[in-house]
Amino acid sequence: MSSPVVQIRDIHKIYESGEVPVHAVRGVSLEIQRGEFIALMGASGSGKSTLMNMLGCLDRQTRGTYLLDGIDIDKLDRNELADLRNQKLGFVFQGFNLLARTTALENVELPMLYGRHRRVTASQIRERAMYCLEIVGLANRADHMPNQLSGGQQQRVAIARGLVNEPQVLLADEPTGNLDSKTSVEVMGVFQKLNDQGITIVMVTHELDIAHYCKRNLILRDGVVVRDEAVQNRSIAAHEMAKLKEAETAAKLLAGATAA
Amino acid sequence: MRFTTTFLVALRALRRNTMRSILTALGIIIGIGAVITTVAMGTGAKVQVEAQIASLGQNLITVMPGSSSSGGMRGGFGSSATLTPEDYEAIAAEVPNIDGISPEIRDRNQILANGLNWNTNVNGVGPDYPYVRNWPMAAGAMFTDQEVKSLAKVCVIGKTVADQVFPNEDPIGQTLRIRNLPFRILGVLTPKGFSVFGSDEDDVVLIPYTSHMRRVSRRTSISMIRIQASDADKIAEVKLSTEDLLTQRRRGREPDFTVRTQEELSTTFTATARTMTVLLGGIALVSLIVGGIGVMNIMLVSVTERTREIGIRIAIGAHGNDVLLQFLIEAILLSVLGGGLGILCGYGASEIVTYYFGLPTLVPMWSVLLAVGVSTVIGIFFGFFPAYKAAQLDPIDALRHE
Ligand SMILES: Nc1ncnc2c1ncn2[C@@H]1O[C@H](COP(=O)(O)OP(=O)(O)OP(=O)(O)O)[C@@H](O)[C@H]1O
Ligand SMILES: [Mg+2]
Repeated sequence: MSSPVVQIRDIHKIYESGEVPVHAVRGVSLEIQRGEFIALMGASGSGKSTLMNMLGCLDRQTRGTYLLDGIDIDKLDRNELADLRNQKLGFVFQGFNLLARTTALENVELPMLYGRHRRVTASQIRERAMYCLEIVGLANRADHMPNQLSGGQQQRVAIARGLVNEPQVLLADEPTGNLDSKTSVEVMGVFQKLNDQGITIVMVTHELDIAHYCKRNLILRDGVVVRDEAVQNRSIAAHEMAKLKEAETAAKLLAGATAA
Repeated sequence: MRFTTTFLVALRALRRNTMRSILTALGIIIGIGAVITTVAMGTGAKVQVEAQIASLGQNLITVMPGSSSSGGMRGGFGSSATLTPEDYEAIAAEVPNIDGISPEIRDRNQILANGLNWNTNVNGVGPDYPYVRNWPMAAGAMFTDQEVKSLAKVCVIGKTVADQVFPNEDPIGQTLRIRNLPFRILGVLTPKGFSVFGSDEDDVVLIPYTSHMRRVSRRTSISMIRIQASDADKIAEVKLSTEDLLTQRRRGREPDFTVRTQEELSTTFTATARTMTVLLGGIALVSLIVGGIGVMNIMLVSVTERTREIGIRIAIGAHGNDVLLQFLIEAILLSVLGGGLGILCGYGASEIVTYYFGLPTLVPMWSVLLAVGVSTVIGIFFGFFPAYKAAQLDPIDALRHE
C-alpha cells in the first residue's frame, strides 16, 4: 500500500491572539490515504476549521508534525507553502472567499494564473476553468459576478476554483452549509464523482445525512478526535437525486390530480 | 508567475475597481495639474518682468526728481522745478563714460490724425531715447539733435498708435495734431508690449522734449533722465559722477533728486516676482498635498478589501512577491496615467490662463518633474505600503482581516 497523503501526529493549535490563549486543537493524530473521502464533524467551536486550515497549509500548527505527501510542512518557507497549496491542495472556504466584482470564470482561473510549474496558455486556462464550472453545473453563469450568484452558486464556484489545478486533496469547510437539501445532494454528487476519479476529499459538515455520503467520519470534540469510523451503507448522490426527482414528479402529479 | 500574467492581473484589478481607480487617478491629476498651472503662472510672470527689465535698456541709470532720503517725491509750492533740461545738458556734457542719455517728459494728450481722435501718452524725449531704451525703430528714423534744438514739430509713434490711427496706411510722412499743432511722423517704433506696471508701452507718441516744453505742455521741469553707461562696470562711477554734478548744481540746497541704477530697480522687481513664485508654489504644494491625501484616503479605505484579496491570492498559491508586483504595477499604472493626464491638464490650464486672462505662463521642466515625482511617490507609497504589510501576513490572518 502506498504512503498516506496526509500524516499528522499529535498536532496542536493554540491561538495566542486574545487575552487568554485558546487551545483549539489538542493533539490530533491522523492518517489519510489516497482516495479517501472524509467528513469532519463536531459541535461549533470544536476546532474543525482550525484543523482544516492546518491541513490546507493556511495556518501553521503550534506543535506536532504534518507530512503532506511525505513532505514535512514545518520545513517549508512561505513561498514553498504557497506552491504546495497551489499544486497539491484545493481549498473551499467556509465563507467562499471569492474575489468581489470578478466573474465566476476569472475566479476559477485564478489558481492557474499562479501555477508555477506548468506552462499553459491563456486559452488553455480559460478552457480548463470552463470545464471545472461545467463540473459544478455553472457553465451558464461563467460571466456572472459573485454578487449576482446565489449562496449555493457561489459555493460551487469556490469548489470549481478548488478543483482547477487538479489537486491531490480537496479540503472543503462546510461546503453545504448554506445550501438547501437538493443543492447539497448535487454538491455531494460532484464530490463523489471527483472522489471516484481519485481525488482525496476532506470536508467539514454539521449534517449527519451529508456525512453519510462520505466514506469515513471523524468526530471532533474540544479539539480532539473522539470518534473515527468507516461509513456503513453510504448514500450515493445519484440514487438520492433520482429519488428526489421521483418524489417531485409524484408531488406534481398529485397536485395536477387535485387541481383537475 | 510570469510578468505578463501579473500585468494582466493588475489590469483586471484596476478594471474591476473602476471607481477607485478613477478617484485615485483624479487625486493625482488635480495635484499635478494644479502644481504645473500655478508654477507656470509664477514663472511666466517672473520671465515677463525680467524681459521688461531688460527692455528698459542696458546698463541703465535713471535720475528722478525727489529725494530718496526724504521719502520719495517732494512737491508743492515753490519746489516744483526739481529736474531741469539744464541738469540733463550738464550731465550729457560733463559726466564721462556715457553711451547715451535722454530726458523724458511724460504727459497724456488727445491726438488727432486721419480724422480720428486718440488719447495717448505724448512724451518729450531726446534723440538717444530709442537707443537708451533698447527700443529700435521698425520703420523710418528717430528725430535728430538738430530737430530737438530747433523745436521741430516732428514725432515718432508706437505700434499701438500706428495701428489705431493709421490702420491701413503707412503713417510715415503723415501728420498728426497735438494741441492742434501738426507734427510730422518720422518713424514707427518696434512693438515693446506691456511695461512692468502693466501699461501698454506702444501706446505712445515721442516728440522732441524741447518742443514738448515750449509748444505742448509748457512745463519747465522734466520727469526723468535716462542714462546708459558705456560699460557694466562703469555704472557705479557714472552714478556717483551724476550725483556729484547734480549736488554741485544745487549749491548746498538739499538734494531733490534720486539716481538709481537698473540693478537696484531690477532687484526690487525680481524680489516681487520671487515672492509671487513662492506664493504660487505654496498654493501648488497645498494642492499637491490635498491631492495626495485624496489618494491616500482612497487607498486606505480599500485596505480591508484589498487585504482579503491578498489573503485569497496567497491562499491559492500566490507568492508574496507576485502580489507586491501586482500592486506595484497597479500603483505605477495609475500614477503614470494620472500623471500624464495631470501634465496635459496643467499645460491646458496654463494655455487657458494665457488665452483668456492674458497672463503669461511658462511651464518649467522642474515643476513637471516635481509634480510627477511627488504624486508618483504618494501613489506608490499608499498603494504599495498596505499591500506590503498584507503580504507579510499569514494567509489565514489576511483572510480574517476586518
Ligand atoms: N483566530 C483566532 N483567534 C483566537 N481564537 C480562535 C481563532 N479562531 C478560532 N478560535 C477559537 O478556536 C476554537 C475553534 O474554532 P474553529 O473555528 O476551529 O471552530 P469550528 O469547529 O470550525 O466551529 P464552527 O462549526 O462554528 O465553524 C473556538 O473556540 C474559537 O473561538
Ligand atoms: Mg468552522
